[in-house]
Amino acid sequence: MTPGRLSFFLLLAPLVLWLGLLIVIPHIDMALVSLRARVAPGEYTPSLQNYADFFTQPLYLVTFARTAIMSILATAITLIIGFPISYYIAKIAKGRSQASLFLMCLIPFWVSELVRTFGWIILLRETGVISGLLQWAGLADQPVEMLYNDSAMMLGLVYTSMLFMVVPLTTTLESLDDAVIEAGYDLGGNGFSVLREIVIPHAMPGIVSGCIVVFMLSLGNYLTPTMLGGKDSLWFTQLIYSQFIVRFNWELGAAFGFCLLGASSLIVWGMLRLTGQTLERTMGEGS
Amino acid sequence: MKSRFTLAATVAVLALNAPAHADTLRLLTWGGYAPDAVIDLFEAETGHTVEVTLSNNEEMVAKLRATGGGGFDLAQPSQDRIAGPQAEFGIYKPIDMSKIDTALFIPSMLEATKTNTTVDGAVYAVPDVWGTSGLIVNAAEASSVADYTDLCNADLTGKVTYRLKRPTLIGFAFSMGLDPFAAYGDIAAYQAILDQVEAKLIECKPVVKTYWSGGDELINLMRSGETVAAMAWDTGGWKLNTDNADINFVAPTSGALGWVDTFSLPAQGRADDAAYAWINFVMQPKIAAMITEEAGNFTASAGADEFVNDALKAQYQNSFPPAAVDNIRWYPPVPAEIERIEGETLDRVQAAG
Repeated sequence: MTPGRLSFFLLLAPLVLWLGLLIVIPHIDMALVSLRARVAPGEYTPSLQNYADFFTQPLYLVTFARTAIMSILATAITLIIGFPISYYIAKIAKGRSQASLFLMCLIPFWVSELVRTFGWIILLRETGVISGLLQWAGLADQPVEMLYNDSAMMLGLVYTSMLFMVVPLTTTLESLDDAVIEAGYDLGGNGFSVLREIVIPHAMPGIVSGCIVVFMLSLGNYLTPTMLGGKDSLWFTQLIYSQFIVRFNWELGAAFGFCLLGASSLIVWGMLRLTGQTLERTMGEGS
Repeated sequence: MKSRFTLAATVAVLALNAPAHADTLRLLTWGGYAPDAVIDLFEAETGHTVEVTLSNNEEMVAKLRATGGGGFDLAQPSQDRIAGPQAEFGIYKPIDMSKIDTALFIPSMLEATKTNTTVDGAVYAVPDVWGTSGLIVNAAEASSVADYTDLCNADLTGKVTYRLKRPTLIGFAFSMGLDPFAAYGDIAAYQAILDQVEAKLIECKPVVKTYWSGGDELINLMRSGETVAAMAWDTGGWKLNTDNADINFVAPTSGALGWVDTFSLPAQGRADDAAYAWINFVMQPKIAAMITEEAGNFTASAGADEFVNDALKAQYQNSFPPAAVDNIRWYPPVPAEIERIEGETLDRVQAAG
């Protein structure tokens, strides 16, 4: 072995250990757990029963579909809100104001997700700040409940993932030469066609990588749906949590985990195919 | 030079040996069961140190299962969560009754817990704190609520909260005139009861504001007046009663549900002596009374009531006239299969729109 190869392996070792010990081995163990069924106290037999349960119980499929659709919606809303913000930061704001705007997007993430979610609860609850303001302004004659519904949950999801959309978008948009946009206008383009023909195609890798991260974060979120969603907000991660912690049914929980992994990979793959992007291009330019 | 080395070695050996008698007790318990004042007294008296981890029933069992009963030296799950998980996962070790000062316990409670937590002839737990769950009612706005099913009254729409957990299923079943505890041994009969309760809970869903999940969340909802009736623990009701005299815990007409939190030894606990020392220490009447003041619930310690403050005693007597005490339904040990089908019911209620 040449010294060069030795140092290559030494440098690679931490990564391999990290992936192997914390990701690959636990996943193999989980896969084995998901492929067995309980027959008697402490006795198990290999079986596909858990996966069959997932595909035959309407409750599980419906919950999964609901979670996936809501996550896609949250991703779309985050993109629609995040794109103009990123464009402003990258192209219109200059110097200090650019840095401070970027910092303002970052600051909420200095406190933990739990605290941020509690903040929303204080704002939205029936005896909360917004309800009080509306009554004070005479716009409502009784307390308004804004918590415990899908809109509150969506608000929380979008707020939580905004940064992860703004960062890759700003980076890709910054790499777009202003001269190209000016050339677009010089050739007779208007604002909309320049956006459609020049800005969006250039920003595509950023859009896709932002969307992938936001989608994954929403799909795997546990706190926001639980705390803001209330009584109708069954999220797929809550199903997994309750199988593991409340019902002691690790077998079904592990199977759910793999179904979530498989389905989310499928959705991301579909998204990449649909937009004609590849993972290498997205990750290479997006970050 | 050599003598100096010997001296240093002796000091090192002594230093290493000294803590052998003073262990670290890793305690897995509920909020309020190990007040700092009690820990300080215990550490001063025995020399052991105490590390407290706060949790709840399901998490305790899940944590111990994940480690095969390791990571903690003393756990405090409810007595209905001992026999099932022990038979299934083997996460506890038997209690050596000769190391427990049984004279400190209320005899009937000790015997009941021993019976409920016996697996293959070995006892796995002794009782610590007990209490009930029932209703917390704001009498000024919801005086009509006297039983669990009253939480479905349409005039309370958006003003009711309860948990989506097994006590709710059990409470509603009793309130509907069914007896879930009698059906524990018969899965088909239990499923039939659950189906009726499920239909009722789904029918009641529009009335519920939200399903609460943490004690603080419940206290906030009731204190702010956003909800006026709830299904919850007695201590929550008494805590609220201290701030607002209209709100109090009410034992439902179909019977409050009684639970007993226990002491049990995790299978791979390393400091059994410290664990036994802790049990015998906190069951002393004066110490048990300190825990009652902190947690709000009474303990299985004989004679501790005398040392509890009058306000708490009055609240307790107010919520529990003698007839209501006799009417308490104590949770029997839960068979594992029962929890599984309950889980499916709860998921369906949560998903029902």
